[in-house]
Amino acid sequence: MTTIDTGAIGAAVPRAEFRTCRFSGLRIEANAEKLIKFNAVTAVLFLALGGLMGLLVALTRWPAVQILPADWFYLVLTGHGANVLLFWIIFFEIAVLYFAGAVVLGSRLAAPKWAWTGFVLMVVGAVMANYAVLRGDSTVMFTSYPPLQASQWFYLSLVLFAVGALIAVFVFFGTLVVAKAEKTYDGSVPLVTFGAITAAIIAVFTLASGAIILVPTWLWSLGLVTNIDSLMYKVVWWGMGHSSQQINVSAHVAIWYAIAAMVVGAKPLSEKVSRMAYFMYILFLQLASAHHILAEPGMSSAWKIVNTSYMMYLAVMGSMIHGLTVPGAIEAAQRRNGFTRGAFEWLTKAPWGNPAFSGMFLSLVMFGFIGGISGVVLGTEQLNVLMHNTIYVPGHFHGTVVAGTTLAFMAATFLLVPLLFQRDIIWPRLAKWQPYVFGLGAAGISLFMMGAGTLGVPRRQWDISLADAVLRFEFPPAAYLMMGLNGISGVLAATGGVMFIVIIVATILAGPRLDRPGAKLAFPLHDKARERVSTYGSEGTLKLPGTIILVTLFFAAFVLYYFVNWKYLSELWLFR
Amino acid sequence: MAITPPSNRLWWKEPIHGLEIGWIVISFLWGLFMFFFMIAWHFIGQQNLSTETYRVTTAAYEQKVIDFADEYQAMDENGDYLEEDFVPVVRPPAGADVYILARTYEFWPIVELERGQSYRVHLSSVDLQHGFSLQPTNINISVHPGYEHVMHITPTESGVFGIVCNEFCGIGHHLMTGRIRVVEPGTGDAATGPADEPADDSIQAEG
Repeated sequence: MTTIDTGAIGAAVPRAEFRTCRFSGLRIEANAEKLIKFNAVTAVLFLALGGLMGLLVALTRWPAVQILPADWFYLVLTGHGANVLLFWIIFFEIAVLYFAGAVVLGSRLAAPKWAWTGFVLMVVGAVMANYAVLRGDSTVMFTSYPPLQASQWFYLSLVLFAVGALIAVFVFFGTLVVAKAEKTYDGSVPLVTFGAITAAIIAVFTLASGAIILVPTWLWSLGLVTNIDSLMYKVVWWGMGHSSQQINVSAHVAIWYAIAAMVVGAKPLSEKVSRMAYFMYILFLQLASAHHILAEPGMSSAWKIVNTSYMMYLAVMGSMIHGLTVPGAIEAAQRRNGFTRGAFEWLTKAPWGNPAFSGMFLSLVMFGFIGGISGVVLGTEQLNVLMHNTIYVPGHFHGTVVAGTTLAFMAATFLLVPLLFQRDIIWPRLAKWQPYVFGLGAAGISLFMMGAGTLGVPRRQWDISLADAVLRFEFPPAAYLMMGLNGISGVLAATGGVMFIVIIVATILAGPRLDRPGAKLAFPLHDKARERVSTYGSEGTLKLPGTIILVTLFFAAFVLYYFVNWKYLSELWLFR
Repeated sequence: MAITPPSNRLWWKEPIHGLEIGWIVISFLWGLFMFFFMIAWHFIGQQNLSTETYRVTTAAYEQKVIDFADEYQAMDENGDYLEEDFVPVVRPPAGADVYILARTYEFWPIVELERGQSYRVHLSSVDLQHGFSLQPTNINISVHPGYEHVMHITPTESGVFGIVCNEFCGIGHHLMTGRIRVVEPGTGDAATGPADEPADDSIQAEG
């Protein structure tokens, strides 16, 4: 495919306009800039829509509030999943790919016309999906498990969106070829671009899985295929559904590295280790759909064990490595910036008032402690039976996708908007608080849903009082308390989300202009002049006591939580 | 910096920081441990989800459940068939095959098991996918139409247990429940049943 892209632009090489960013020194090409802006702004619009739907879901599941009637609840929940998990995240990821390809490498964007085609297809798909859901005949949840059937427009919209995204991914690959051919950079690609390449390779696998399952399902909704096997659908669908989360992980880890580099001047401890960790994602995530099928009949235990563990947890190992190297790189950089006292001065004196940094670091910590640990426990063959399809599951993935990915993307936006729109953050004092408000809300949502899940509360369910069911069952009062606290956290997260959207939209429309001489950034980038003169590489002279304490804490929490769940399991009824 | 090409062009030849090597080794060993622990639990643990599964048509499965309910439906002392909320209570003998049917929007019928006895529990759906979530013990299993899932289940506590559907199955999803009663061996009494349960003193096991 890349040959097609390079062939297409080969004829029109010289027509690229560049400007150099005064603050970052990056060379930004006009087409790339425009496409990044459009993709990122569209992403934020879908975040607003999907976030509003999320708030309604949280308020409905708050038993004392239960704001929506049942039919609307299920409809809105379907829309919430599609808008935030697919549209917000993938539009933003396309912006990240173009940034990591064209801007970071200082190259022009390959085939901008194809990039626009992809963008238009994605917009058409996303709008059509919302149309299909709001019609009311596609209330099938994000997973759309057959034999439950949505309208044809639902499946078609997702296929169109996937094709558009695939085109964008190939434009990114084309851009890499262009940058290499036009020698816009020297040596190997930067680590951030390497992370973006990882995300893009995974995206191809993911979108292909999506097409393989959604095209026949679409034909089924049209009556052209008589039967979709429910188990087969689940196996292939999760090839898209889970692998796409690995795109998110690759993308937000790349953002962690990028923000750490731009705000505190962090340099990877070892390029080799960080790149190897990314490479593990590519090698092992294809197996990932299995951990959604652990409570299913029909698959052997051997299949479940090998696949759910990503072949011996090697992709988990990739994330654990990033979990060390990112804070490690920050600690090393901060020590070089002069914060050398004790184990944690580098952390306490970090730029916590800069929403890009605080958002990034909160994302790093919460992704590891909340999303990461719960994910491994949930994805263990036997332990899965304790929480499968309870609200523990959304608790887990709000820890990864909201507290992890979304918070990282928001943090990146606070950097990207001034650089690309050349307008400064309009209300820096409000912006300073945004990551904390949103992060606290996201952490609350995750933890309280996980808590309710361990008490058996089902996911995607309108009324846990089961008031209208023939055979009643009472959930314990603690479950109601958890769902109430989840509702309050949802309101908090929504407040953080509104702050984000208002700040970003107002900044784009009316932020102080930065293209005038003498204009300064409210949240400055790393100043090289602050660095002490010393060489530092990856060799043993470097001391990182703070990072050692952090990862030790993480590992202790991981091991403890893992065994606590085995203990819970051992107390269940016996089954084999 | 992470946004510039590696300063050392031969970055793959740089030595790795000792801390990183240590962490990689720990992560790898922990991953290996978790991998083998899943295998080990098949030998040392008593909670391993069965993978015994048969293809079945929904009509055939429905008939099996009806036959099962007809054969073992419990009777009270007057010889009347026992029901709770118009759902038959079925009392299979220890070790028997037990059939539970999931459909929009119920789990059918109510089965009464003895604590400490093992049963071959069959589970399937006749329409959509459903989620078998046994509460408050919190055992969660997916139910597919067309697949008959067979598990050996031994209740370890007596009482009245709810089944809640936890796979979205349409507008009545939150109405979909079921019930399993577990009685003390030989008594026919659900020891900790809620007060509003109908009295059930009959002891005889249908055979």
